Amino acid sequence: MSLDTGSASAALVRAATSETRLARSILIVVALGFVVLFLLLPLATVFIEALRKGPAEFVAALGDPETLSAILLTLTVAGIAVPLNLVFGVAAAWAIAKFEFKGKAFLTTLIDLPFSVSPVISGLVFVLLFGANSALGPILQSYGIKILFAVPGLVLATVFVTFPFVARELIPLMQEQGTSDEEAALSLGATGWQTFWHVTLPNIKWGLLYGVLLCNARAMGEFGAVSVVSGHIRGQTNTMPLQVEILYNEYNFVAAFAVAALLALLALLTLVLKTALELRYSDEIAASRRH
Amino acid sequence: MEVRVQNIRKEFSRFPALEDVSLNIGSGELIALLGPSGSGKTTLLRLVAGLESPTEGTIFFGDQDASKKSVQERNIGFVFQHYALFRHMTVLDNVSFGLKVRPASRRPPAAEIRRRALDLLDLVQLSGLEKRYPAQLSGGQRQRVALARAMAVEPNVLLLDEPFGALDAQVRKELRKWLREIHDRTGHTTIFVTHDQEEALELADRVVVMSKGAIEQVGTPDEIYDHPVSPFVYGFIGQSNCLNVTLASGEIWFEDRPIGLRAANEPDGAATLYFRPHDVELIDGCGGCLAGLVTASRRVAGTRHLELDLGRGHPAIEIELPPERAASADHTRIAFRPTRWKLFRKAERPQAPSQSVDTQAHELVRVGA
Repeated sequence: MSLDTGSASAALVRAATSETRLARSILIVVALGFVVLFLLLPLATVFIEALRKGPAEFVAALGDPETLSAILLTLTVAGIAVPLNLVFGVAAAWAIAKFEFKGKAFLTTLIDLPFSVSPVISGLVFVLLFGANSALGPILQSYGIKILFAVPGLVLATVFVTFPFVARELIPLMQEQGTSDEEAALSLGATGWQTFWHVTLPNIKWGLLYGVLLCNARAMGEFGAVSVVSGHIRGQTNTMPLQVEILYNEYNFVAAFAVAALLALLALLTLVLKTALELRYSDEIAASRRH
Repeated sequence: MEVRVQNIRKEFSRFPALEDVSLNIGSGELIALLGPSGSGKTTLLRLVAGLESPTEGTIFFGDQDASKKSVQERNIGFVFQHYALFRHMTVLDNVSFGLKVRPASRRPPAAEIRRRALDLLDLVQLSGLEKRYPAQLSGGQRQRVALARAMAVEPNVLLLDEPFGALDAQVRKELRKWLREIHDRTGHTTIFVTHDQEEALELADRVVVMSKGAIEQVGTPDEIYDHPVSPFVYGFIGQSNCLNVTLASGEIWFEDRPIGLRAANEPDGAATLYFRPHDVELIDGCGGCLAGLVTASRRVAGTRHLELDLGRGHPAIEIELPPERAASADHTRIAFRPTRWKLFRKAERPQAPSQSVDTQAHELVRVGA
């Protein structure tokens, strides 16, 4: 009897993974091959090229004043664009997930627009809007306000491109959570602000963090839209991705790859940060999903 | 606190969910809103809470018009169907939330808040679990945390939306008894919504039976069960049989013969006869009775349930008898007569338009949490 059940369960185990050892090996090799070919190799190349002439050259390339200014500009633009989109994303997700209003579907679609529009067009939009030949251009000029080929233009283009990240991350999460937690808080006498701060925000913080990290990664790495509005003024309106392009076109490979390596490091740092946070708070995340 | 609902009407995007509902609830009463899905019972509860605002009508808390007040100002305790506990807060923080968010002028000192929360946890028999998170509790425990949290603000009225809906049968029965005890001890005016008639009849002082956005009947559990005022209540509460009959000069006729029941002062014409399966007597030799062929017989604990075919496409009738009286009744013809019954005239109650109440979709949306 016990033998019978033993063989039956063995048969079940075999049924669950019925592929032969060969098939499994092939699948694993193919998957690993893709990861190596399309992710690891390019990434490694960046670092190898950057360090080809030794760490001294690498540091020197990064110490170049124009490059330093590009790094600073990228951090500034991301530092403005990400908080803006954080506030906007939370507000939009809150409105869409928790309330019923006319034009909601339209707003949801509109939020996705930057995903579907080519980044070049995203940049061009601002040129057409604020450029010298536009309706607004002369007015802005008469007040001495510079938007294009200056930091405001870079921020606008970056905000536009990274617009959907936070909202997109939060909308499904907040819709799934429904409104009863908020209703419970209100029924207990909490004000709208208290409800948001003590109930809604803690419920969405992991989604929000993830959205912000993605938004930040894109804000720092954006090329197309920023390229159109930047004007490529060295040491003034070149962000890191633009600086990489300029250096590369000048055959200054070490410097180009050094900046690229720094960008890649920022991206890796983002991922590490996210994973570390997930590990650190894994219990809490699991609890908030289980409930 | 006394709650008076006056001529409330509520529409959801033009579809009426409640039509002209009025209800008086005495201070300290335990009231059940009972009805099928889409009857508007949850909508009524949410209107009292202030989570919805009425299209028309007024709600009074005591002498004060509460319908102009926001949910925060009404000072109610609401227990949600799926508890809606704050998952990132401990049990203690959940219970003290309502006190902690008060403006400084009305907020008790921290030590006092803690003491009151712990007292409440003691009341709901959760002492020692104050440091747990909701995810670490069983369904029944979560339910009790939700109740303690709602009671912490010393609410004018306690509102519970399907409080036991998500629990298994055993826990449900225990909590039901326990809720009654808590109510008797604390004396909060309490309204709870349920679709479980057993729950309503067992727990409530008075039951409000609702259907299609209107109140069908309000009464004590005895009144509701023994004297249903409408076919809906008869059909919805407990088991019942209905038969199409005709009235002729004060006698009730089924098909082509009188069945030995008199309904004096009733005009002639078609009617529907309602009676409960256990309100029947068997008769030897039929001189005015109902008779049918036994098609099925089941023994359920202390009674025997017989299914009778009265012929000619009439719906099957179920009757309940003491087992010894129906021991050998299978496939025989038996004669019986209802001992307690009620007649409803055809078209006595105009049917509401079929589209009138459908808050079901609305209720489903909220289930998310």
